[in-house]
Amino acid sequence: MDPARSAVLLAVREALHNLSTSEDGGHILSTLGALKRYLQGAENPALPGEQEEFARMHFSAVLRCLVGRLSSGWLGLLPDGQLEDLWASFFLEGPADQAFLVLMESIEGAAGPSFHLMKVAQLLARFLNTGRMAAVMEGQCRPPAEPAFPLLQETLLTKVVGLPDHLGNRLQRENLEAFLPQNYFPLLGEEIMRALQAVVDSLRGGWDCSVSFLSRVLGKACVHGRQKEILGVLVPRLTALSEGSCLWQRVCWRLVESVPDRAMEALLTGLVEVAAGPEVLSRLLGNLVVKSRKARFVMTRKILFLQHRHSTPTLQSLLGYLAMDSQRRPLLVQVLRELLETWGSSSAVRHTPLPQQRYVSTALLICLVHLGEAELQDSRDELLASLMAGVKNRLDSSLPAVRRLGMIVAEVASARIHPEGPRLRFQYEEDELSRELLALAAPLPVADSPAEAEASPSVAPVAAETPAGSADGGVPQAQLEGSGSDLDSDDELVPYDMSGDQELKSGKAPAYVRDCVEALTSSEDWERWEAALRALEGLILRSPAAVREVSVELAKVLLHLEEKTSVVGFEGLRQRALVAVVVTDPAPVAEYLTSQFYAVNFSLRQRMDILDVLTLAAQELSRPGRLPKAPQCGSPSPGSQPSSTPAPAWRAVVEERIRNKTRRFSQGSARRGPDARPNEFNLVAGYFFFPLLRHFDRPLVTFDLLGEDQLVLGRLVHTLGALMYLAVNTTVAVAMGKALLEFVWTLRFHGDAYVRRGLLSAVSSVLLSVPAERLLADLPDELLEARSWLADVAEQDPDEDCRLLAVRALLLLEKLRHTLVPPAPP
Amino acid sequence: MAASPLPPPDPQFVLRGTQSAVHALHFFGGAQGQGCPLLLSGSLSGLVHIWSLQTRRAVATLDGHGGQCVTWLQTLPQGHQLLSQGRDLKLHLWDLAEGRNAVVDSVALESMGFCRSSVLAGTQERWMLAMPGRGSDEVQILEMPSKTSVCTLKPEADAKPGMPMCLELWQADSNPRPLLLAGYEDGSVALWDVSERKVCSRVACHTEPVMGFDFDSQKARGVSGSAEKALAVWSLDEQQALQVCRTHELTNPGIADVKIRPDRKILATAGWDHRVRVFHWRTMKPLAVLRFHSATVHCVAFAADGLLAAGSGDQRISIWSLYPTHSDMSAPLLGPAEGREVGAHAVA
Repeated sequence: MDPARSAVLLAVREALHNLSTSEDGGHILSTLGALKRYLQGAENPALPGEQEEFARMHFSAVLRCLVGRLSSGWLGLLPDGQLEDLWASFFLEGPADQAFLVLMESIEGAAGPSFHLMKVAQLLARFLNTGRMAAVMEGQCRPPAEPAFPLLQETLLTKVVGLPDHLGNRLQRENLEAFLPQNYFPLLGEEIMRALQAVVDSLRGGWDCSVSFLSRVLGKACVHGRQKEILGVLVPRLTALSEGSCLWQRVCWRLVESVPDRAMEALLTGLVEVAAGPEVLSRLLGNLVVKSRKARFVMTRKILFLQHRHSTPTLQSLLGYLAMDSQRRPLLVQVLRELLETWGSSSAVRHTPLPQQRYVSTALLICLVHLGEAELQDSRDELLASLMAGVKNRLDSSLPAVRRLGMIVAEVASARIHPEGPRLRFQYEEDELSRELLALAAPLPVADSPAEAEASPSVAPVAAETPAGSADGGVPQAQLEGSGSDLDSDDELVPYDMSGDQELKSGKAPAYVRDCVEALTSSEDWERWEAALRALEGLILRSPAAVREVSVELAKVLLHLEEKTSVVGFEGLRQRALVAVVVTDPAPVAEYLTSQFYAVNFSLRQRMDILDVLTLAAQELSRPGRLPKAPQCGSPSPGSQPSSTPAPAWRAVVEERIRNKTRRFSQGSARRGPDARPNEFNLVAGYFFFPLLRHFDRPLVTFDLLGEDQLVLGRLVHTLGALMYLAVNTTVAVAMGKALLEFVWTLRFHGDAYVRRGLLSAVSSVLLSVPAERLLADLPDELLEARSWLADVAEQDPDEDCRLLAVRALLLLEKLRHTLVPPAPP
Repeated sequence: MAASPLPPPDPQFVLRGTQSAVHALHFFGGAQGQGCPLLLSGSLSGLVHIWSLQTRRAVATLDGHGGQCVTWLQTLPQGHQLLSQGRDLKLHLWDLAEGRNAVVDSVALESMGFCRSSVLAGTQERWMLAMPGRGSDEVQILEMPSKTSVCTLKPEADAKPGMPMCLELWQADSNPRPLLLAGYEDGSVALWDVSERKVCSRVACHTEPVMGFDFDSQKARGVSGSAEKALAVWSLDEQQALQVCRTHELTNPGIADVKIRPDRKILATAGWDHRVRVFHWRTMKPLAVLRFHSATVHCVAFAADGLLAAGSGDQRISIWSLYPTHSDMSAPLLGPAEGREVGAHAVA
């Protein structure tokens, strides 16, 4: 060994000397040729011992020397790029890890783009293209030979994964395509596959191998955020290979298991997203969640509870993976328990954003689909308890979306957890969300059949109607003439107008407001009662004077009115009538209603009705040009549609005729704009507004605004905001604004998002309604305080709408400042 | 079709003067060129009025039911004989020829129900009468004018269809055996083979009692109305099995009477909602809603020339002319003898 060693040493020394000094092309060529003998696979090779010695001790030095000599003049010493080919062959054919390290080293050492750098970079690109990276990694899979191995491995790892960053930094705009991350990482994936193939081959051959380096490369690439690129290549290939082969499957499991803990999360989230379904995931991961604590944490907590960005299919494959093996199923039960707890916890309901709540609900439903009866039975009591607590918390919420989620999940979950119990059935409107969630809850094999069942009846009627339709419309004219058949002239029967065909109502409607009151209070004749209710609004608008005599009494009757028979549109009728009463006689009726808002014996529904009525009436009163219109239209409420009568068409015809026959001498505008009138709300705004603020912090036995009746509080705040907004241009606006800001200040940290939304919109309406000068003169401190609060909310509130509203209010404040203080000249 | 629909029609004219609710209507005569058509109406007060459609006045009043409601009127093709059924449990046969108005014969009814009777009369002297029988669910068939009881049609013991509500005797062209369609209290319609005294087929059309139906023997299709909110169209196939083809939803519940126009183009229903509805018979497309009456419409009737009459609880009879028929179409539907001497009668 010793003589060989010294022989190699001598030869290399001489060659290095020649290389570094000689300017003669032929001399260099021969020197390189002599060195090349030491490379594996060269013609006329040196002794194996010498080759090994060269590779181990001297190869890096030779490469460094070669890189150092690289320049255009040096390469030009021999024609036709001979020297360059030979030069490159050392890097491409010698031990790959050393070649790679030397190349990276020289690239990192370069100061900036230059000929030298470009040449080396191009060589590196060739290195990558010829698949040498696989050789680099393969080398690391063999059992270690030297004590310094870990350090080298660490360096290699950094260089392999950080290659795009290094190259990008050095080459700047001259960067090559191959080094862009989107190209490099798929390539790296391919190379990992080839290295794995080599590993599998050598395992088959009976040699020991370790995939830990590959795992570290994979993990590091994932930590760098390149999951999509690298796993996009790896996962499909591994899926295909591991399908039939136990060896491949074990290699896969090993590959994932040896990923360092700190990279586990990045890898797993990437895998779960890329893998197509639970079977694939199960094949790639094996029982990883059982073995690795980190993996368990990521899969059962982090992805489910701490993030909410994953798509439903991802969730399905993750939870399906947990359900596929008997060792993992206990985890699934535990996940379900925790999900239910989170879903139902009142603080989560209040403080997590809606998308996350939806995410948790989705996961919950998927879990339920996967779990069997027996497993659910085991922990039924516990599950039911947290479900019921959760349902209560959710139904208490004042946000409709949260309530809706509660209803859907509660229906499905209770049916699964307690199948023999009575079915929960909530009344919610079907929409995209509910359909999506319910589709998730359907057991997988059954999931297809409803779709088909839906499809078939929709096809059938079409088929059945086609012949009738064609007979109706498509009978040729010639056949109609003269023939005495059944089809004869059927189409001549043109239908008359049937729009008047409505449900029959008895004609006992009272003709006077007093009769209505009497009918509504004492009538046992329900037809008369209904007719009175229907006629009331029109009567009130027609005879305001008569109404004023009984206004408060009428309001009292209407407020206490109960729906005894199921009259269609009862709520709307009652509300419109109440609004009409308030509009006709605002001050006393508003005073009465606001006093009743804080009275004892009312249901929450009635209290909210009071608020709605006050808002609608205020809106009606403050509408410009109200008076000329009101007697005509008869339905002041927004949302009520004028009934379609033939009169307008008739009038249009007559007007058209008049216009045609009339000669006009001037082209002046035929119509005047709406008359300017004072805001009628001006006089009465105080009656609407201040009494509502009076007692909100005084709980009654049946009504606790600051306690559990937060829904009504939310409505109250919204109503106050609306009243404030409608009081624009009135004299009381300043006082109202001041009171409202104080009110908002006391409630600003309320836990309910709906209440907070109301507060924020109330602030906005103060800013809109109170004149800017008065705002600054009378309420400067309040404004400053509100401003800092708004800034906080805009940044930190969990509810998206709240943040949005806060930003809007801030913008209004900003605008206000600009109107008062014009931007200072620079 | 896209143009705005025709405005709702108005009645052509209105007959007033019955002084009580009109419960039965029947057109008499009126084929083309054969003098003046007449309209017979039966009222709650037991009177039968004979109206001239030319002068629009009542030309005669028949009082034979002792102040009890007249529920059914029908003329016979031969002679000028009128059948009237009343709630006094009498069925009178009147002779109207040459201005007479006398009860010639009468049959005692034994059922207090609301069922209207039905006749099957050809050109022969003898004719057949179906009327509610003694037992509450029976139908009795008589041969007239001898008043011999042919048979009693009693449903099987376990069927329990309730009382018969309306009857229609008819005879298929191909088959001389008389058949009876009966609508029952439980909402079913049954087809009886009279000579074999058995039910050929029965189908449940409604959930409420059948209040009225009419049958188009040429198309083997019928339509029935009940107290509920829908019309049912049913058909009879070659095996004489009834089946429901379709139902048609209405705006308001309650149909008192259904009639198909003799040319089988349209049909009219008398509604408890004070309205008469007109449908296209083949497609059941709604064509018109006639709003005139202010009380329940009890009966509708079509004349051979297409005129529609509706009698209502508001004591008025409205006459409508909708979708006029081609005059050559109407002739075969009335016996040739029927109209001829009516002109003479009307003059008297």
